[in-house]
Amino acid sequence: MGDYIVLAISCIFVNNILLAQFLGNCPFLGTSKKMETATGMAMAVVFVLVLAGIITWLTNAFILKPFNLEYLRTISFILVIASLVQFVEMFLKKSMPALYAGLGIFLPLITTNCAVMGACLINIKEDYTFIETVISSFSYAVGFGLALILFAGVRERILLARVPKPLQDTSIGLITAGIIAMAFFAFKGMV
Amino acid sequence: MTEAILFMLGLGAACGSVLSIASKIFYVYEDPRIGEIEGLLAGANCGGCGFAGCSAAADAVVNGMAQPNLCVAADEETAVSVAAVMGLNAGSSEAVISRNSCTGGNRASDKFIYSGVLSCNAMSNFYGGKRNCTIGCLGLGDCVKVCTFNAIEIGHDGYPVVDESLCVGCKACEKVCPKSIITVKTMSERLFDFNRNDDPLAPCVQTCPAQINIPQYIKQIRNRDFEGAVNTIRERNPLLLACGRVCPHPCEDICRRGLEDEAVSINQLKRFVADYEMNSGKHLPVTCAPSTGKKVAVIGGGPAGLSCAFFLKRVGHDVTIFDMTPKLGGMIRYGIPEYRLPKEVLEWEIEGILNLGIEHHANVKLGTDFTISSLVASGYDAVFLGIGAWKDYALKIEGEDLKGCFTGINFLSNFSLFQQGDSDKEIKIGKKCAVIGGGNTAIDCVRTLIRLGVEEVYIVYRRTRNEMPANMVEIEAAEHEGIKFVFLAAPEKVLADEDGHIKGLEYLKMELGEPDASGRRRPVPIKGSETVIELDMLITAIGQGPDVSFKNNKSDIRLNQLATTRWDTIDSVDPETLQSNIPYIFTGGDAATGASLVVEAIGGGRRAARSIDLYLKGEKVTPPENSLFEKNIPESIFESVSGINPIERAKMPELPVDERIKSFVEADLVISEESALKESNRCLTCCVTCYNKDS
Ligand SMILES: Cc1cc2nc3c(=O)[nH]c(=O)nc-3n(C[C@H](O)[C@H](O)[C@H](O)COP(=O)(O)OP(=O)(O)OC[C@H]3O[C@@H](n4cnc5c(N)ncnc54)[C@H](O)[C@@H]3O)c2cc1C
Ligand code: SF4
Repeated sequence: MGDYIVLAISCIFVNNILLAQFLGNCPFLGTSKKMETATGMAMAVVFVLVLAGIITWLTNAFILKPFNLEYLRTISFILVIASLVQFVEMFLKKSMPALYAGLGIFLPLITTNCAVMGACLINIKEDYTFIETVISSFSYAVGFGLALILFAGVRERILLARVPKPLQDTSIGLITAGIIAMAFFAFKGMV
Repeated sequence: MTEAILFMLGLGAACGSVLSIASKIFYVYEDPRIGEIEGLLAGANCGGCGFAGCSAAADAVVNGMAQPNLCVAADEETAVSVAAVMGLNAGSSEAVISRNSCTGGNRASDKFIYSGVLSCNAMSNFYGGKRNCTIGCLGLGDCVKVCTFNAIEIGHDGYPVVDESLCVGCKACEKVCPKSIITVKTMSERLFDFNRNDDPLAPCVQTCPAQINIPQYIKQIRNRDFEGAVNTIRERNPLLLACGRVCPHPCEDICRRGLEDEAVSINQLKRFVADYEMNSGKHLPVTCAPSTGKKVAVIGGGPAGLSCAFFLKRVGHDVTIFDMTPKLGGMIRYGIPEYRLPKEVLEWEIEGILNLGIEHHANVKLGTDFTISSLVASGYDAVFLGIGAWKDYALKIEGEDLKGCFTGINFLSNFSLFQQGDSDKEIKIGKKCAVIGGGNTAIDCVRTLIRLGVEEVYIVYRRTRNEMPANMVEIEAAEHEGIKFVFLAAPEKVLADEDGHIKGLEYLKMELGEPDASGRRRPVPIKGSETVIELDMLITAIGQGPDVSFKNNKSDIRLNQLATTRWDTIDSVDPETLQSNIPYIFTGGDAATGASLVVEAIGGGRRAARSIDLYLKGEKVTPPENSLFEKNIPESIFESVSGINPIERAKMPELPVDERIKSFVEADLVISEESALKESNRCLTCCVTCYNKDS
């Protein structure tokens, strides 16, 4: 049990997918302008990443490994994740319109999200068991959400601050992201 | 190698077939326009438009939640094609069409027998007009003669009718018309058009602070063109649902029908069409001009701020609203209680305004979270200060701040926050409460208290019922709901029990003395008439003024110089331009006038928007030419009208008293379509019809 908690903490804080691994920066900048959008996106990532983690782990364990096709891992994951997201989108739209209204619009954005892809590849690379995969995928997504929501909060404030003209908007966003990333480095020695 | 290719083919086929089967099973009907628009957008999925990706953006456009020109990565052409899919004109929706404000009707007899040249100009030069009324149409058709496109003819009622398909907007008719009956205006010109003293304006239009074209929308209702009526109102007032519910309708006080019969129920008609739009579930499309690239910060998201933002956005400026409360609406959200203006209704109305692409930041306060300097530094070209009047005046009597004593705005806004889910704001309610004051705030406090189950609710007012500034309907409703009125009472001190909690209010009785300068009879205290009412809660609601404490913020040098009056309202150089002494700062609403009305704030917001537009274009900020501001055209205000058959005014349906005082459900209801149509027929279409008052 203890190991699982350590794994979760390390995925959320120490190896934060956004701020320590620098994956998924496009939605990080794109959907962090408003708190509402950021929360929606965070939820959607949690949802999709857990599913994607599971399905890619299964693909790896039952298809790629037995047939010695591990060199096709990246390309087949792309296909699997993209289809999964599309499938989930259709499924939600039909059967859970309420959930779709909340998450649906973010799903297409995630189809091409490197954070999701990255987390799935890391899971395999680290040789996680199935349970570990579920935990790490969930925690990576939580870490993503945490960083995104923190950043959205900061960005809402930045809009009111005196920012020199050449640095406005995305540039100050990137600088701030850098500073937040440095703050996250403080977690480095923890686990 | 072969193995890999085969595997990928197999995986692809598997995924593809699963998806295609899924798309059959999980098929949901979707507006085909969504797909069409998505195809036109840039496909960058960048989120720059504020929506999560292109398909979300397309969805938003189709659902009327965004404008066709929302995509930041696409060019003007895309916007035009998107708009075409939606059947709209993108941005440049400025169709210039000649419009005729005179609609004939029962024409009055001629004032003079005239046998000169049959030309409106000659006629007008000789006599100032041939008909009884000197502002209406003369009907001799100079406009018809001058139109080279044959777009105008004199209709069978004797006034010009424009064929919109032939009109090109050349303005020849406008130039030749001596009466400014026929005008050619672009949308932006119309949005920033203000009443002129030579316009044919009905008394109600002259009096409405937002200057809505009332006879026109009533006529549209009569013709069952409810959407047209909504658009007419929205050209002047973006908060029609709110106004339709809470406006004390000064227009009805001056309604010409009111001279001989009951006034036309103008506001209920407004509410009827506004509710019609809401119940249809879709916001009617509102067009905006292409972006000008200028940025305006609107501080305060009350009616004034929302109106200013709405009009600025429509002419193409980028607007951001900053507000210190969690949600927009200002006093109409945090002051006016739920039973008068349900939050759901307000939410829908504000959503429609923000959907034009207006940004907004909540929970940020000028002076603590940001300053004017920081706005200027982040590139805002102009600032609108619509901060309302949120500081309660103190009564300045002993014991005013005992436990159990509250002030009006404080009480209402805390209660409203509590009702909207903020459990920190709960207020302990007593059993016997009094509210001091006679305005809307006081009445809203008592009506809220009675709904909270307080056993005895008093309202204590210095003068009599006739002088109460609150809306008459509100006073009546409070009487029906069992509020006890104590008139002619001057509070002396608040009495405390041992724990420092209020136990009563001592007041002096008054009598009315000599009339003062304003013509109101001044109340004078009667010596030795001290009386005590036992209470366990007291609310003082004797008026409120703007909170301009942000001026003391040392770091905001720019604001220290802002001129304010001795009532703390923001001083404008001219009440018609609402520009402050700092040229890029404008004001409007309660912040400029002191506590007033929603319509007043809406009118002020539009007035300020016009000035800001002029300022941003680098033009001189001057009042509109020949403007009719807070005045009437004397000859249009009659003492009496003849030939009017009284027809009963539409009754407002309302919840029965015993039902409504138990809850915060909306108390006033909307009139039926049938009575709206009937009511619309009571309007005399004043000043657009030549009305012969002697016949
Ligand atoms: C209890 C009550 C009942 C009323 N009933 C009626 C009625 O029935 N009919 C009618 O016509 N009128 C009524 N009124 C009056 C009407 O509500 C106001 O005239 C109108 O709301 C004024 O609009 P405004 O935009 O000027 O100001 P407000 O509505 O007061 O809005 C000001 C906004 O500015 C924000 N703000 C203030 N200071 C700052 C700051 N420093 N930084 C950032 N944001 C700030 C506030 O949060 C608020 O959202 C009533 C008023 C009250 C109090
Ligand atoms: S009769 Fe009609 S046009 Fe005349 S004042 Fe009344 S509402 Fe306005």
